[in-house]
Amino acid sequence: MIEVRNISKSFNGHDVLKNISVSFYPGKVNFIIGRSGSGKSVLTKCIVGLMEVDRGEIIFDDRNFTKLDRWDRKDIRQEMGMLFQGSALFSSMTVEENVMFPLHMFSKMNKGEMMDRVNFCLKRVNLEGKNHLYPSEISGGMQKRTGIARAIAMNPKYLFCDEPNSGLDPQTAIVIDNLIKEITYEFGSTTVVVSHDMNSVIEIGDHINFIYQGELWWKGDKRAILHTENTELNNFVFPSEFMKEIRESLKG
Amino acid sequence: MTSVYFHIGRYWLLLGNVFSKPERRSVYRKLIIQEIDKIGLQSLGIVGLLSLFMGAVVTLQTAANIDSGWIPRWTIGFTTRQTMILEFSSTIVCLILSGKVGGNISSEIGTMRITEQIDAMDIMGINSASYLILPKIIAAMFIFPFLVIISMFLGIAAGAGVGTTSGVISMTDYVYGLQYYFDGFQVSYTLIKTVVFAFIITSVSSYHGFYTFGGPREVGESSTRAVVYSMVLILIANYILTQILLL
Repeated sequence: MIEVRNISKSFNGHDVLKNISVSFYPGKVNFIIGRSGSGKSVLTKCIVGLMEVDRGEIIFDDRNFTKLDRWDRKDIRQEMGMLFQGSALFSSMTVEENVMFPLHMFSKMNKGEMMDRVNFCLKRVNLEGKNHLYPSEISGGMQKRTGIARAIAMNPKYLFCDEPNSGLDPQTAIVIDNLIKEITYEFGSTTVVVSHDMNSVIEIGDHINFIYQGELWWKGDKRAILHTENTELNNFVFPSEFMKEIRESLKG
Repeated sequence: MTSVYFHIGRYWLLLGNVFSKPERRSVYRKLIIQEIDKIGLQSLGIVGLLSLFMGAVVTLQTAANIDSGWIPRWTIGFTTRQTMILEFSSTIVCLILSGKVGGNISSEIGTMRITEQIDAMDIMGINSASYLILPKIIAAMFIFPFLVIISMFLGIAAGAGVGTTSGVISMTDYVYGLQYYFDGFQVSYTLIKTVVFAFIITSVSSYHGFYTFGGPREVGESSTRAVVYSMVLILIANYILTQILLL
């Protein structure tokens, strides 16, 4: 479980995160949603340690991440996997080398064991036989799947996905969503997905946290979204008249 | 002025991370060998070409400027040797390499930064600064002196070839000039300078790449800054080292 307690972050006097407290549960797909510029990416970067918070604490299963120095954070970092918006695959490495990279750096496996693990991960994301292709030689959807394979290579306790569906067609997006859901349930990982794709939220979201102007504005499950009277959330989820009509029909 | 202190402080902090304990030494060994190939061996062509032509031109220009009976012909060999050993093969070659190698390093690391590849390493718990920069620094400090030695040899050989075929000097006079008042420390001096320049080129370029934020335009700007700052620092270091080592 990841607990975020009263964190705040500002840039040049502008408060981006305002005293946010939120929990992310193991074996569940936890969503952070919000408009562009609402602070959801900054929140995620603070949680994974790419940015330091100004105030507050981040607790990974009773381990206070904010109080640890760089070296002590390493143990927790090795329990994290992250899928980036742009996949962030190492362009000079093949698909196989990308997935093997964390194993090569940290595991005590021999070459054969590493290959087995790589092949398992690639099979899990339906990329068997693509081992020797470079990121530039595969499609956007395949790059995302390679990113997932790399993220799960070390069997992470915490899986972070930053806009996993951006730039993908709706069908490929559903494939990625289902993969994230299956992996979360299969490995029992605490999965945090940052997205503004409501299709994904409705499809796989277990717990949803809505960030509005740097504050945690609403939290609940996907069914509660349909019935909430929270104006800002409704404007975000159902921005057009057509969507509002859909909401009313779903309520009915 | 605050900005200058900010960059100097951040540069030294980055170097602190670069020289901290590496995760897995065997991985670094492999990376260093790859960088020796990329930084050093792939620069051999341009270094060789420049050195051949510079050696030839220095020989011809010296010959053209000593058209006096009072100055012996072997001065041509002596001048070519001094030019190649003291300045061209270390300082000028390193200035050129700061454009080729420095620009390449900065744009490579900068692109990795804007495409979140460095963030991916950080999240895995890898010391990205050390992983990306240390092999480049070690590789350059190792291979640049060899490039400089090759440059000296080619420049002096080209001078001999052009000088004798054009008839401005005999081989005997040229070799006499090469050997005249030869001080072996001058070669050591130039190699010491080269190692320092190699460190400046790789560390400064890596610094500018590592702290690139934005998009492709910023990567280009970082590369330009990397080359300019490397060149300026090379010139300053050249002056300081010459003052310390030769006088």
